[in-house]
Amino acid sequence: MYAFLAWLQTHAEGLPEHRIANIFEPRSTPGDMERHIANLTLGITGIIFVVVGGLIVYTIWRFRRKPGDDSRQEPPQVYGSNQIEIAWTVIPILIVFILIGVSARVIAAIQNASPPHSTLKIRLIGHQWWWEVEYPDFKVKTANEIHVPVNADGHTATYLQLESLDVIHSFWVPQIAGKTDLIPNRVNYMWIDPKEAGIFFGNCAEYCGTQHANMLLRLVVQPQNEFNAWVAQQAQPAEANPVDPGVAQGKNMFESLACVNCHRVQGTTATGVFGPDLTHLMSRQTIGAGVLPMNHQNLRDWVNDPQNAKPGCFMPSMKLTDAELDQVVSYLESLR
Amino acid sequence: MASIDYPLERPDIEDTGWHFAENLYRWIATVDHKKLGLMYIVSALIFLCVAGVMAVVIRLQLAFPNGHVVDPDTYDRLFTMHGTTMVFLVGMPIVAGLSNYLVPLMIGARDMAFPRLNSFGFWIFLFGGLLLYYSYIGGSGLSGAGSAPDVGWFAYAPLTTKSFSRGHSVDYWALGVLVSGFGSIASAINVIATTISLRCPGMTLSKMPMFVWVMLVDAWLILIALPPLSAGQIMLLLDRYLGANFFNTQHGGSAVLWQHIFWIFGHPEVYILIFPAFAILSELVPIFSRKPLFGRPAMVGAVVAIGFISLGVWAHHMFAVGMTSWSNTFFAASSMLVGIPTGIKIFNWTATMYGGRIRLLTPMLFCCAFLLQFLVAGLTGIMLAVAPFDWQLHDSYFVVAHFHFTLAGGLVTALFGGFYYWYPKVAGRMYNETLAKWHFWLFIIGFNLTFIPLHFAGTLGMPRRIYTYAPGRGWEIWNQLASLGALMQAAAVTLFAWNVIYSAIKGEPAGDDPWDAWTLEWGTTSPPPEYNFEKLPVVRSSRPLWDLKHPNDPDWKYE
Repeated sequence: MYAFLAWLQTHAEGLPEHRIANIFEPRSTPGDMERHIANLTLGITGIIFVVVGGLIVYTIWRFRRKPGDDSRQEPPQVYGSNQIEIAWTVIPILIVFILIGVSARVIAAIQNASPPHSTLKIRLIGHQWWWEVEYPDFKVKTANEIHVPVNADGHTATYLQLESLDVIHSFWVPQIAGKTDLIPNRVNYMWIDPKEAGIFFGNCAEYCGTQHANMLLRLVVQPQNEFNAWVAQQAQPAEANPVDPGVAQGKNMFESLACVNCHRVQGTTATGVFGPDLTHLMSRQTIGAGVLPMNHQNLRDWVNDPQNAKPGCFMPSMKLTDAELDQVVSYLESLR
Repeated sequence: MASIDYPLERPDIEDTGWHFAENLYRWIATVDHKKLGLMYIVSALIFLCVAGVMAVVIRLQLAFPNGHVVDPDTYDRLFTMHGTTMVFLVGMPIVAGLSNYLVPLMIGARDMAFPRLNSFGFWIFLFGGLLLYYSYIGGSGLSGAGSAPDVGWFAYAPLTTKSFSRGHSVDYWALGVLVSGFGSIASAINVIATTISLRCPGMTLSKMPMFVWVMLVDAWLILIALPPLSAGQIMLLLDRYLGANFFNTQHGGSAVLWQHIFWIFGHPEVYILIFPAFAILSELVPIFSRKPLFGRPAMVGAVVAIGFISLGVWAHHMFAVGMTSWSNTFFAASSMLVGIPTGIKIFNWTATMYGGRIRLLTPMLFCCAFLLQFLVAGLTGIMLAVAPFDWQLHDSYFVVAHFHFTLAGGLVTALFGGFYYWYPKVAGRMYNETLAKWHFWLFIIGFNLTFIPLHFAGTLGMPRRIYTYAPGRGWEIWNQLASLGALMQAAAVTLFAWNVIYSAIKGEPAGDDPWDAWTLEWGTTSPPPEYNFEKLPVVRSSRPLWDLKHPNDPDWKYE
């Protein structure tokens, strides 16, 4: 079942899915720089581990008391040696200075890099427990899935402006870049330039309350033309007067309920801002910030009782009858 | 009780009648440093078992994807209480307990400098701990794990503000830890005063046992580092009840300010916690290798240097908050510098063993495991200090593995060694060596099975503090191994508890000096009388009992 769903998702988008977010397989410049310094550090510490660990084990083995030893005879009493102390102080100092120098270079290279000339701007706002994604240049708002163009020419990057509306969250898509926190009352920035199309998995990396575990994130990296098409489609408002009578009925139901207090559907009277924008809900791969794959049954279950899949989240069950539920879901399913 | 004629009282030959009320009163009213030290250690061990059970539940929940052992809120309370308990109700009383029991004995004193302050410190610590645990039955009741704190042991703002933490769970955390912190400060003042003013004739600072040196630096660190935490907690309570808005971001407060205040305490704190392990190693390694500590002055210098540097590294917990590149570079550099004195310590312990005749009894086995595990912890610490690497590793399971390697693989491992080593002195009876060896191997294998795999889960993008995870992200196998290891550790600790209780009743009488040791506590009876020494000793070197046992080749000729 799970494998089938994964297959379905992979093929629905036509992009390879990177579920296994290995930090040693980066697909973006910052992630790549971090991998290089990680490998250097691992190499140095690995050598230290082998040498020092080997010495410790050798010493224990070589100088252990053997059964036949005279228990009363004490070994020669050695109190220390200044030369040896100096040697094993100076060598670590040299190693540490190498690491400090390399760290300083990489920190500056990542943090102080000026964005390349064709830069996409995204405003990422953390909420308990979902991500609001805004493209200020295109007047597009979406949630939990960040679409960015692939850096094919070496001059395309995405600049993220990180904010939070409630508590601290942290943006982490391991194959793309290390994490940066989303902090209320503060604006952080980071940049990414994914070099390969695909769907990259990430998580909120700062504990942010009950559903921290299900504050999942997908970075959808698309070729530039597909990205442009996606943006153009997302900028469209929803249908104000649906022709399908079932959908129109559902729309009325949706707008008569408290749904509109929290959710926005662009082009309609639903203008809430506390929950995710639903204008193009069906273009997303998951429900509830990654907690369920998007399909009819899951959507219906979710609207029926979100607390079942994501206990503690702020969306209440509206206690709808089966008929009402069908109407609302058929409306939601028209939001493509 | 002042009328008791002390020199006639020998606890080991006292009548064994069951005078429950009288004994209880004796323990409650005592100002004796050994009784208080024992009470500190026993409370810490009980809290260790409680927090250990929480850890097992956490590991059961995470053993398989989509685990359903506990619900999310309960899980959040579990990891918060596990961390808070281990740091404030296990680590801190262990520092106080070991110093209390051993420092006066090792420096040839009859008690701590301020016995009543000492008693106050213990009881206020215990009160703080019980207040924290009262949260389980306070608030919404036992079902749903009461209103125990659920904000993580470092309680980041603004999750702790009224808007995001309704009810009283954060208040229990702030007050419980604040109050138990007063106990730690009291005990630190006492250790400093005792080591400065009550050393026996002849014991200059250069002849003071290494254990006492480390605990002295530790006490200074507590005295410097804890008040900022207390201040922060008071600010937090002002925020919650008087609208102070230091950390309340919805009214213009700063979330980053809390992080600075917390970690200015929090980073020295991890050295405060690991220092008892250094202290234990510095006594046990020489005794079991039959050689004096190699490079004593360098060891003293190293521990003082660690103390100083540890006060300037706090923001390495904050590489991801978006500090400037200069700040990040500064804190990366200062954090790596700690590695130098720490390395010196490991080298000196190894050199102490080199050329010795190492008796591989249980206390020494734990020391050997400490050296290797602490080496790993130190090296992963260097990785985390490399800020760009830390941007990936921060708040992932790699960090969880790293700090458990320092605190469980380092502190707890060394503590088990220390407990077995001083057990015959405290109980007057020997522990069971076979059971102890079982404990050692089960614990060490279980520990490594738990925490080595978690490094890998972290590098595969698994964040810490998640109550569940979906299958297919490459985390399953590492989590299953970790959970298996946790069960082994639980079994090992059960063996330890059984050994401690059983041997106290049925163990072989140990004698005054079962290890053929060199510091003053082995020069008195086991257990020591209330006055410690009939006649205050006079010492001429850092190994006074060696001098007594080798009159032809005493240490003071060389020191």
